[in-house]
Amino acid sequence: MELRRSDLDYLLHILILIGIYAILAMSLDLLVGHTGLLSVAHAAFYGLGAYSAALLSVHFGIPFVLSVILGMLTAILASLIFSLPSLRLHDDYFVIATFAFQMILFGIFNNWTGMTRGPFGIPGIPPPSILGLPIRSRIAFVFLVVVFAVLCFQIVSRISMSPFGRVLRGIREDETFTRALGKNTVRFKVLIFAVSAALAASAGCLYAQYLSFIAPTSFTVMESILVISMVVIGGAGSRWGPIVGAIVLVTLPEALRFVGLPNDVAANLRQIAYGGGLVTMMMFRPQGLIGKYGFGR
Amino acid sequence: MESFRCKGLSKSFDGVRAIADLDIEFPSSEITSIIGPNGAGKTTLINLLTGFVRPDVGRCFLGEHDITRLAPDRIARLGVARTFQDLKLILQVPVLDNMMLARPHQAGETLIGALLRIGVAKEEMRNRDEAIRLLRLVGLEEKATDLAGELSYGQQKLLTLACCLATEAQILLLDEPVAGVHPDMADKILDLMRTLRDEGKLILFIEHDISAVRRIADHVIVLDHGKVRAQGPPREVLERPEIMEAYLA
Repeated sequence: MELRRSDLDYLLHILILIGIYAILAMSLDLLVGHTGLLSVAHAAFYGLGAYSAALLSVHFGIPFVLSVILGMLTAILASLIFSLPSLRLHDDYFVIATFAFQMILFGIFNNWTGMTRGPFGIPGIPPPSILGLPIRSRIAFVFLVVVFAVLCFQIVSRISMSPFGRVLRGIREDETFTRALGKNTVRFKVLIFAVSAALAASAGCLYAQYLSFIAPTSFTVMESILVISMVVIGGAGSRWGPIVGAIVLVTLPEALRFVGLPNDVAANLRQIAYGGGLVTMMMFRPQGLIGKYGFGR
Repeated sequence: MESFRCKGLSKSFDGVRAIADLDIEFPSSEITSIIGPNGAGKTTLINLLTGFVRPDVGRCFLGEHDITRLAPDRIARLGVARTFQDLKLILQVPVLDNMMLARPHQAGETLIGALLRIGVAKEEMRNRDEAIRLLRLVGLEEKATDLAGELSYGQQKLLTLACCLATEAQILLLDEPVAGVHPDMADKILDLMRTLRDEGKLILFIEHDISAVRRIADHVIVLDHGKVRAQGPPREVLERPEIMEAYLA
């Protein structure tokens, strides 16, 4: 059977989305799986990266690599503004604080029309170019996303396997004990929050320049919950778990398109099947598909 | 060793006085035991000295350094380590990982160190060797690769003590180190405390077991309603009938 051009484009599109979501899931896992901090603000940092890249490239013609760096720095700055007062909060209070931050950022994306054009979004974002070579084809973009995902994997792995990662696990398991051993747990949490935000912003930069259009609806709290689902389903605190989670949750809805459901009910049934799968996973394998750490014990 | 003392220390919880105007200087290189009935303020005193609870008034000093308002991790880095009544350990990881976590001043604990790994492997090796040496000292070397959660209760108490040692602290504050432990294991822990005292460490421990106090304490402080009821060598303090009566009551 011959693969048509449109089919190939579709497959490459899925691969690009998997790559972007894998970066988001790996970066969120630094908080959720490694440190035990449940954040629902990841889409806000993703959006910050996307809007930074979009505004810088559309209005100032800033090259791709520089716009990614500036997008990451913006996310780091925002994470510090959020985390310095909020990371002293614990458990549910911290989750509520991240929710508030997510809503504030979404409010800015949606309402600061002079800067973001609000719900109309930002169109005409130029494709990325590296060393003067524009990356226009999907296959080239797949390579670009893979490079970013591999870099992200390396950063997360190095942190995870280092003494720094050991302290993060200490915070996750017993913060009081970790403090009593002389570790400044607030400093560790602020730093890992900044790293996680910066990596999420890099995914946002890729997303904006891939689609050439962004709107606030891509950065809602539901997007944050989707990324949390990827981490939890794949396996929080494991090296490959978030990647597996991203593959499953990007491909599953796409696969359900081909089941042959009637068009008028397909979307709703997909959501029900998707939700049912999540609940089943949480009941029978809370540590995720390949993880060891049972999130939410 | 620097002196360790508190001056005019008071703390109330919801209007109830837990600690009332305490002035204590803990003797260096000695084992001091704090005894008293339940609710006397013993654990609160350790929480105040280690920064886990802020006093309403009063000061804590390590040498000339005022540590009253310092965060617990800062006080720990100054050389004051503690254990908790409810055992605190990372149970889901091996014994050795708990020890490695406790090692101070690790270059690999900075973000740059974690990402670039410069000198981290060698440092990890040194810390591992030291952790194994300390596990040997407390008799847990064989258990280094076991999960901390798989140890017996007494072994977990030993491990918490070993973690304190791994921080290189000179002052150890132990909250009921032998409570609920098999007598053989209790002997082992008490012997270890004596060895550490002989090496020059200041040990402050809370204990309900009077025989353990008699065996190893050089100095006893009796707390009652947050105040020092008596203090001195155990043979003097523990012979006073009014103390024993109040304590046993």
